[in-house]
Amino acid sequence: MKSKRNKEIATKIIVYLILIIMAVLMIIPFLWMISASIKSDREVFKMNPFVFIPEKPKWTNYRDIWTKIPLAVFVRNTVVLTIVVTFLQLLTSSFAAYSFAKLKFKYKKTLFMAYIATIAMPWQVYMVPQFIMLRKMGLNDKLMAMVCLQAFSAFGVFMMKQFYEGIPDELCEAARIDGMSEYGIYFKIMLPLSKPALSTLTIFTFVNTWNDYLGPLIYLRSESKKTIQLGLKMFISQYSSDYGLIMAGSVLSLIPLMVVFLIFQKYFVEGVAATGIKG
Amino acid sequence: MGESVSTSEKRKILSRQTKRNLVAYSFIAPNFIGFCVFTLIPMAFAFALGFMKWDGSNPVQFEGLGNFTRIFQDTFFKAALRNTIIYCLGTVPLTMIASLALAILLNQKIIGRGIFRTLAFFPYIASLVAITSVWKMLFHPTKGPINNILFNVFGVEQKNLPQWFSGGLVLLSMILFSVWKYMGYYMVIYLAGLQGISAELYEAAALDGADAWGKFRYVTWPQLRATTFFVVVMLTINCFKIYDVAVMLAGGGSGELTPSSTVLVYYIYQKAFVDWDLGYSSAVSMVLFVLVLIVTVVQFTIEAKQDR
Repeated sequence: MKSKRNKEIATKIIVYLILIIMAVLMIIPFLWMISASIKSDREVFKMNPFVFIPEKPKWTNYRDIWTKIPLAVFVRNTVVLTIVVTFLQLLTSSFAAYSFAKLKFKYKKTLFMAYIATIAMPWQVYMVPQFIMLRKMGLNDKLMAMVCLQAFSAFGVFMMKQFYEGIPDELCEAARIDGMSEYGIYFKIMLPLSKPALSTLTIFTFVNTWNDYLGPLIYLRSESKKTIQLGLKMFISQYSSDYGLIMAGSVLSLIPLMVVFLIFQKYFVEGVAATGIKG
Repeated sequence: MGESVSTSEKRKILSRQTKRNLVAYSFIAPNFIGFCVFTLIPMAFAFALGFMKWDGSNPVQFEGLGNFTRIFQDTFFKAALRNTIIYCLGTVPLTMIASLALAILLNQKIIGRGIFRTLAFFPYIASLVAITSVWKMLFHPTKGPINNILFNVFGVEQKNLPQWFSGGLVLLSMILFSVWKYMGYYMVIYLAGLQGISAELYEAAALDGADAWGKFRYVTWPQLRATTFFVVVMLTINCFKIYDVAVMLAGGGSGELTPSSTVLVYYIYQKAFVDWDLGYSSAVSMVLFVLVLIVTVVQFTIEAKQDR
């Protein structure tokens, strides 16, 4: 009996050891980023001894980055774009998903197949004709192009549909008998129930839009239209050895993501489980 | 008399059905119109463009299979194809195993479980531009701490210190980076899958005298089959469309890639938006599409066979 207990303790120790190593590997690049963001260029790579916070932290990095590149413009563009895309994505895809999950209508299967078929199709396959088309529509170098590109994904519809299918039909039936319209059922019954799924979709959409690089690279050419990702990349290629400033800009670009993630993560695993993204 | 009642009733039912259809379509329309215009139409267009010759401004010319015969004599294309496939072969299994292991560990009752889960997910939300510049510092060939440790602790000679982002090691660096960045995402999917396995199955396995490995072999793994299928399909698709990881880790100042680090999507981008050779670029993207299609179909077939 004793040896079994010892074995259990040994397993526990190994599990914690693996997890701690994992956590360290995950967190080191972030700690390095923060540490380097308050160092001068001479201090960044100093290894013996390595100091996490230098004697004289160079806080000016966080001030200078705003003037070296038009960071405020980039931030504004990215914030506007991300909020509009996330909002449209949540609204239109949960709207469509309600119909696919709870209503009976003609061509339902065909329409849904159109969505499913495109999920496995990488955007990169049709990005070129899409660009030509949007350019024809006069959307080249406009933030609006990015909205059109990202706001109507098949993934969102698919995910929300899976979630709504988990909600019992009786709930809708009862409301219909009470004379509630389909719109009423959607807004008063389904939406309040979809917090886990909507939180999950918010995290995915927000992170993807905020971090997107190739889309903005193709469409947003003038400096006043660029997003944070493009701006940071531009800065890096111009001042590749200004490590302190690059890291300060990187830290700033991560803050909104962390905030959004920490707000919505409460529902996250539950949301993934309920939406059946797991297959 | 009776007949006329039934027709009017029929009309009523018909119009009710029409009304129901219209309500349903009104829910779908906002998303579907956007989806149709910005996804379906360009997709159809992409297939056609692969057989054309076009620079975006002069009239389109029909090229037939010309683009495709050109592709298979193009050495840069072959390098891109080869690198993309190697990258997939490395990244898909490693990420799958790492994320499954992590999910199993983090599905147990463990102190600080929430913190561990959040930490594992952090790399996924970090933007590539920011986090790749950290990696480039950490793995800097002359000044970076990793090579510093190899030099000072392991006594690797200065001239033998690895060049992580050029030559033969660049694909390995890309693979390691991707596993690090994306395992948290797939871990969450596996966690969701693990939570769907009923505790009774584990109890039954314990009664049969199964140890930890036995429980994994006979309960966890078979129960997670649908999840694993989904993870592998998504991972493969995501690996084939790799672009920004390569450009940011291995790209020079303006992001140009050499044959040792180039990937398919990079070539599509270059051909289209730098050379304005739109037909050729679309032909390359057709190759990407066919690759993804083959992999997906193969995996679906395997899945269907196991189902039986």
